[in-house]
Amino acid sequence: MQAQEIITVENLYKHYGQVKAVDGISLQISASEIFGMVGPNGSGKTTTIECIEGLRQPDKGKVRVLGLDPEKDFYALREIIGVQLQACNLPARMRVEEALDLFASFYQHSVDWRALLDDLGLTEKRRSFYNQLSGGQKQRLFVALALINRPNIVFLDELTTGLDPQARRATWDLVRRIREQGTTVFLTTHFMEEAERLCDRVAILDHGRVIAMDTPNSLVSQLGMSRRVTFEINGHSSGATKIANHAASDFNPALLGVVEGVQKVDQDGNEVVVHGKGNGLVGELVRALENAGVSFTNLRSEQANLEDVFLALTGRAIRN
Amino acid sequence: MRSFRKLFLVQLKLYLREPVAFFFSLAYPALLLLLFGYIYGNEPAPEFWGRNFGTVDASVPAYTGIIIGTVALMGIPIDTASSRENGVLRRYRATPLRPAIYLAASVAVYLLVALLGMLILVVTGKLIFDLRIAGAWLNVLAAFLLSALAFFAIGYIIASLAPTARIAQVVGMVIFFPMMFLSGAGMPLQLLPENLRRVSDFLPLSYVVRLIQGLWFGDPWAELWLPSVILFGIFIVGTMIASRLFRWE
Ligand SMILES: Nc1ncnc2c1ncn2[C@@H]1O[C@H](COP(=O)(O)OP(=O)(O)OP(=O)(O)O)[C@@H](O)[C@H]1O
Ligand SMILES: [Mg+2]
Repeated sequence: MQAQEIITVENLYKHYGQVKAVDGISLQISASEIFGMVGPNGSGKTTTIECIEGLRQPDKGKVRVLGLDPEKDFYALREIIGVQLQACNLPARMRVEEALDLFASFYQHSVDWRALLDDLGLTEKRRSFYNQLSGGQKQRLFVALALINRPNIVFLDELTTGLDPQARRATWDLVRRIREQGTTVFLTTHFMEEAERLCDRVAILDHGRVIAMDTPNSLVSQLGMSRRVTFEINGHSSGATKIANHAASDFNPALLGVVEGVQKVDQDGNEVVVHGKGNGLVGELVRALENAGVSFTNLRSEQANLEDVFLALTGRAIRN
Repeated sequence: MRSFRKLFLVQLKLYLREPVAFFFSLAYPALLLLLFGYIYGNEPAPEFWGRNFGTVDASVPAYTGIIIGTVALMGIPIDTASSRENGVLRRYRATPLRPAIYLAASVAVYLLVALLGMLILVVTGKLIFDLRIAGAWLNVLAAFLLSALAFFAIGYIIASLAPTARIAQVVGMVIFFPMMFLSGAGMPLQLLPENLRRVSDFLPLSYVVRLIQGLWFGDPWAELWLPSVILFGIFIVGTMIASRLFRWE
């Protein structure tokens, strides 16, 4: 199947004074994919998505959404996209059903909002005032408003921020259902796990630039690190901290550097992180440690993920 | 015009669910009328009013000026700037809703609210104080509309210029309260010393009171050309500026 580009962004720039919020971004999004932009706070996700939506004017660059220019065809574009904003509100005393009925009236074509309420599990809340809703219920209401015109593309900015893990999972299911109905989803998140689990393709942003863009799987495998093994040197109880610190300063990371499959060893106090690949990695490491007489605890092995990709590309962890 | 109708109805409901705004635009002027009506009665006092009318007869059109001022200079700036500040207007902007429709629906709501406030005044006056009117209702209504639209434009200009809702509120109050006392809306100008009375010539609200009160007492439009022209000018220029300045965020 020939993928059809429905969003193209070429060399987008948006500066706020000295801040280069968006610093030369280009993207191509095809129909029916779930595309995610991920990056730390202030990396330019919202600025980018709102330039694409036409809600902000870029300094430079070309944006086309479904063949429309978001600035010149502002109102035509509103009719065929759905938008969930990172920061917005409804009037405190507006009821859920009033909001849906009102927003439906803004569009030439709208879906039956009662079914939408049902879909989003808001039916019992239809008579509630906006300010009586929980954070998660507000989010779902905004998703409903973004879907009310049966858009071709829905933009979701920080959809799951502030939700508990269970609500987050439910939201992922919802996003998948939206896509199944043929809607392209363009989302932003600062949860790497979310991007990895939910998105077909991910762009990683840092300081207003795309530093990597691909499927989550390719991003991780391009890193060449399939596995991460973490353990602590003899530090399992607080009484042993002193000894553990002593043991930690004695420990020589080079000991593990020679083990087959190991690519990188990081030590932080008594915690050691080994990056590497190969099925026998864990076994080899345990053997090497025992041979050297290093006593260790709490050893665990994890698949490398997008967080590692970000770390490898920027030298920083995505949080803080 | 489905979105105009829905927006009008929803915003009207929102207004009525806001007890403080509701009280100040609808009940407060009627309470003033009751208070001063009981103190001064409504006996004709030609020596004071220059014609055969009493305190209540003169106060109903004057307090209509208070209602217009409250809605325009307190209600509109605060509501509009706070909707902008907390992101309600951003959410509207992400839909095909045109700013003109949003503004028209809001103005219609404020007009209705102000009209309701005036109606409550008139009914209170009629039921309790035997309110008299010499002019034609239609003229009074036309003057009300012109005054309200002129003042609403000022309210939207304040809303757009104020960076925050808090500042919009302060600016609205600073403009409204002195004007209320120095324009003849809150109390008769005859009670003010001569030099303060001069100030009223520079206050737009004075022309609202002069126009509505004049038509109420039965003066012809021809005699009221000055307030009419001034208010019409404010309406035209103000609306142009207000629609130019309006911003969603
Ligand atoms: N309206 C604005 N005025 C001035 N600076 C802005 C404005 N909007 C964004 N910025 C700056 O641009 C940079 C990018 O902001 P943006 O909101 O796009 O980041 P983000 O990736 O969405 O962050 P977050 O994860 O916190 O939502 C930030 O440094 C921010 O301070
Ligand atoms: Mg953001």
